[in-house]
This record gives sequence, structure tokens and C-alpha cells, in this order.
Amino acid sequence: MTDTSKIKVSIRGLYKIFGAKPKEALTHVKDGLGKPELLDQHGHVLGLQDINVDMQEGEITVIMGLSGSGKSTLIRHLNRLIEPTDGEILVDGEDVLAYGEKQLHTLRQNTMSMVFQKFALFPHRTVLQNAGMARRVRGEDAASADKEGQKWLKRVGLEGYEDKYPNQLSGGMQQRVGIARALASDSEIMLMDEAFSALDPLIRTDMQDLLLELQRELHKTIVFITHDLDEALKLADHLVILKDGAIVQQGEPQEILLNPNDPYIMDFISDINRARVLRVRSVMDATTTAGVDISGDVEADANLESVIAMSGGDTTKHYRVMKNGKQIGLLHMQDLVRALVPVIAPEHDNRAA
Amino acid sequence: MAIYDGIFKTLGLSDWCATEDTGGPMTMAELLAQANNGGGEAAADAPAPATPLLETPFPSLDTLHKSCGSIPRTRDMTSAVEEGFLNVKDGLKVVLDPLTQPLSWLLDWSLSAFQATPWFIMIPLLMLLTYYASRSWSVLALVTGSFVFMAFIDHYNYAIQTLSIIFVCTIFCVALGVPIGIAMSKSNTMQRITIPILDMLQTLPTFVYLIPLIFLFSVTESKLYGIAIILYAIVPVIRLTDLGIRLVDKDVIEAADAFGMNSWQKLTGVQIPLALPNIMAGINQTIMMSLAMVVIASLVSAPGLGVLVLRGINNLELGVGLVSGFCIVLLAVLLDRSTKAALGRINASEK
Repeated sequence: MTDTSKIKVSIRGLYKIFGAKPKEALTHVKDGLGKPELLDQHGHVLGLQDINVDMQEGEITVIMGLSGSGKSTLIRHLNRLIEPTDGEILVDGEDVLAYGEKQLHTLRQNTMSMVFQKFALFPHRTVLQNAGMARRVRGEDAASADKEGQKWLKRVGLEGYEDKYPNQLSGGMQQRVGIARALASDSEIMLMDEAFSALDPLIRTDMQDLLLELQRELHKTIVFITHDLDEALKLADHLVILKDGAIVQQGEPQEILLNPNDPYIMDFISDINRARVLRVRSVMDATTTAGVDISGDVEADANLESVIAMSGGDTTKHYRVMKNGKQIGLLHMQDLVRALVPVIAPEHDNRAA
Repeated sequence: MAIYDGIFKTLGLSDWCATEDTGGPMTMAELLAQANNGGGEAAADAPAPATPLLETPFPSLDTLHKSCGSIPRTRDMTSAVEEGFLNVKDGLKVVLDPLTQPLSWLLDWSLSAFQATPWFIMIPLLMLLTYYASRSWSVLALVTGSFVFMAFIDHYNYAIQTLSIIFVCTIFCVALGVPIGIAMSKSNTMQRITIPILDMLQTLPTFVYLIPLIFLFSVTESKLYGIAIILYAIVPVIRLTDLGIRLVDKDVIEAADAFGMNSWQKLTGVQIPLALPNIMAGINQTIMMSLAMVVIASLVSAPGLGVLVLRGINNLELGVGLVSGFCIVLLAVLLDRSTKAALGRINASEK
């Protein structure tokens, strides 16, 4: 995580209503009409409802939701592939919605790049031409576009495939081209729309690792859409959970995991492997006083699984939590075990609802 | 006098009906009846026999005219249409003549160029073109064989005339059809307007649109048959361009948008290249249809193999008709094969 806390992208009061007269329907929604009622009474679909998200520079913001929750609609608002009904989208403090066509093209060419679920490579262009596409669109000459494309293809591990056509590559490789294409545009913001959802699990893990590795180096502002909670928890610096077009909860993933504020989320997180996702820093007792009966040191960012392995399953042990060589807290194995029990949703029929 | 008399009487229109009994042209049926009766005065005087209910005629223009002289006969209507057409014809000609003049020039120029080129240059040239387009030895063999055969039976000159007309008309069809197709794919309104026109062009019997063209342009001008061929053959290239562009993967278009392509970059860099297989299929169909039409167009002085077919029909020269018909088939097959092979090559490079 970076130390800068500059807000790169900010979404303010965003609404999207699909239908013939969205403006009219908006007044009903602002008067408190819900999604099903709006559809019944006015025949309009409420796509997004009062979305407010701040995306920090250099962080990965993951927007998670099930299909139909509006997450793909939301990400398309950022580069205005979809026009909002109401609200503001600020990029570096500038309102994107006020942009004319020229400015919008400039924004898409220079500031935001996008990776798609179905790759969306140009089938009639070679891998290299695809990778350098963003630069060609900007009007740079072929040589510099190819040079940049080549560099990023190499970086994502596709050296030697430059002259192939996308259809000749496997899904995972095609998505690497997709990522190289986005990176080659050298944009500060990367939008990733379910970028790894179409890949099989092993390849998906590879790609997640690749993304994290690239991110450590490049510190882009990444907006990542997914329906997979494990993926969300793995990648997210900031997690936004969407349901039916509205934000249910947002914040640090660990925080959401330990303090879910909605039965929907509790139900959602009840199935995951908490020991692997939770970090020591989230369950430790933050203190600098030296503890008694310390069995050893653990890193603040280590996951609980590794600590359990270290302790050999002994719940009476205590560990010193270290960050950058300094103690920042104490970890009691009992707390750790307690944290492994998921918060149970009050009503048990939540899933059926 | 006639069966619908009563109606006009009750409506109080008898006066209006009686005002004038036209001396206009008679229908063919009336003329025949007159001829058969050898005068007709006797028939007019005789009381009209009562019409049985089951034989009540439909109140058509002709039937109503019998009861009421003011109602025009069908014959009057068609002559009014003709008159109307002849009235606007001159104005239309002022606009259309200069607009279509380039077509005449190009057709004539191409015809003389194709014919002026000696066979020992033309045939190798065609072979070279075929190979360049198709990269297929079998297609090349077909083209070579066909032309050598046609030259051998002295049909080379006719075939080359036909080919020249198809060549020019196809160029016009593509030059006009592709932009129209693109416009259609961009705008649903444009599509709604264009589709009925295309339907009409496609269903109109081919002879029907020769008729107004003959009045508009003189039969000696080559643009007359040029326009007929283009009108008939342009439809598939328009339709398939529209379809091809609309069928381009939405995701790819979205990617193009997301990377900030403007509409021109999108059209030339993504939509047309990806629609190319469909556009080429349209061009193939256009060529086939021009060939079909060029035969019919020989009725309005288009040169080529059609002239021989026409001679076969007019003079009942069965052999001439059959052999030239066979040559047309040969031309059709080789044009189809070479364009299809070119199309296959485009498809292969994309997959």
C-alpha cells in the first residue's frame, strides 16, 4: 500500500436509471421509491442508486457484487461508455461529465485504459498491433507503438507471440494481451471489468499474482470489478460491495470481514476461508507494551493460516506482532481462533430471500 | 342502364354523372364488343338484361363508369399515370442526365478498352488478376480454360463485352452501395427508410424498370442499361454491408470506444475490416446479379452475350441461344469461383 492518500477518482451521488424517461423516474427514486416498485409502477429499471466512492491514487479498488448488481454499469460510467442519469464523476478533481467529445476522447486515450471480461481484442490485428493499439489511436507512429507494445508483452510473459493473431492464443494468453494493451497506454487509471472471470481457476490465480506484482511496481489506480469474493479479498485495498445497484458496505476488506454491517454480506462471507484472508494486524491487540510468555514474532501482514501452522495448533500461545522490525501489537492465539468464527446473519433464510 | 345506377340516383349524383359522357379511349373489351356487334347502336338501344345477383360485378372503375359518366375508366387512369410521368420526365431528365453521364462515359470507355486490348494480352491479364485475387490454381485453370474455350468458339468478343459491363457496374455498385450500407448501419431511421426501397428493387420484375428508363433516356445511350443493372444488382452489397457492420462484436466496439477511438477510426480500423467478409459476400452476389441483368439488358441495346441469346429467341436459332447461354453459365461460374476464393482468403487470414 502506498502512503499517498490523494483521491484520484471520486464518484458523487451517481444514479443510473434505464428506461424511456429516466429524469422523471429519478424524482421518484429520490422520493424513496425502491427498485422493484419503480419497475412495477413506472417501467424503469434502477441501475445504480446514490453511489459514492472515493478511489485513492495507487490503490486497487474492488467493486464486488453478484450479477445484476450494477457493477459493470458502474465501471462504464467512469469513462462514460454509459451516461449517468444524475451525479458527478471527478477524475483528478475534474468533472468528467462536463467533458465534450474531444476531451472525452483524450481522457479515454490518455488517462483511462480498460481490460474486458471477454478480452475484446481486435481479431484482425496481430498481438503486437493489439498491444500497441492505444498509442496508435493517439496518433503515435507505428514504430513507437510497437516498441511500447513489445515492452509490455514481454512484461506479461508473451515474448515471441507478437505476430500471432488473438484467436491463436488461449484465453489466459489473450487476457495477458488485454492487460499489455491497457498498460501500454501508460494511463494512470486502469479499469478492469471482470477481467479474470472468464479464465479457469489456476490461470486466474496466476493472473491475480501478475496483477499484484505489476501493481507493486507501477502503482496505478485500479478499479477492479468481480463477482468472486476470494478474488476481491485478495486484490482489494478498498472493497465496495454492491447489491441491487446500491452500495451495501465499503471499506478495508479486513474491516468488512470482521464487522459486516449487513446480513447480505454476512451471508456472503460465511463461506470463505477466513484463516487465509484475515491478517494478523486485523485481529491483534494493538499495544507496544512487552507481553509475557511470548512464543515468537509474526509479521503484521501474515495471514492467520501461517500463524496457526507456526503455533502447531496450540491456542494458549502468544506472539509479538512486528512491522518494519518494530512491535506494533500482541497476538493471542485465542483471539485468533475466535476471529475464525464468521459473524452469523441473524435470519437464517437470508440466502433464500 | 347498369347495375349501380340506383346508387348514384339515391345519392343524388345523377346530374353530376350526366354532365359529360367522355369520348375518351375505349377499353379493349368495348372495342371488341363493338367490332363483334358490327356497329353497336342496336346494342345501346336494347334494354339491359337484368343482372343475376350472383354475377354482380365488383364496383370497379369500369363498372361504375357505365352507371356514371363522370367516373374515369381504368384506361383513363393508366393514361393519366403515363401523362404524369411524361410531364415530370423533362424536369427529371435535366437533373438525372448530367448526374448519370459519367456512367455512360465509363461504360463506353471500358467497353472500347476491353475490346481494344488484344486477346493475347487480355487473357494473361485476366489469369494474373485471378491468381492474385484467389491464390488458387484450380480457379486459375477454370478461368483460363473458359476463356480459351470461348475464344475458340468465337464467343470471346461477346464475353469480354459482358465482362466489361459487369466490371463497370460492379464498381458503381460498390462505390454507392458500401457508403449507403454504412449509413444504414449507423442509423436505424435510415435503415427503416432504405429497406422497403431495397425490397422493391429486388422484387420488381426486371423488365418493369426498363420501361420508365426507356422513356427517360434514349436507347442509344449506354447508361440506360447501366442504370438498370446497377439498380438491380446494388441491393445485396448494401444489405450485407449493413448487416456486416451491425454484426461486428459489440465487445470489440466497446473496446474501441474505451480506448478513445473517434468514429472515423472505429469505422476504418475496426468495423469495415471486421465486416469485410460480409461485404465481400455482398459483392459476390452483386456480380452474379449484374450478370443476370446484363442478359436482360440486351433488350435495351446492351452488348455482349445477351445479344446472342436474344438473337436465338427472336430468330428461333436454337444453337446460337444454347451456346451463348452456356457461355453465360461459364462466365457466372468463373466469376463466382474467383470472388469466393478471394473471400475465403480474407476469412482465412482472420481466423
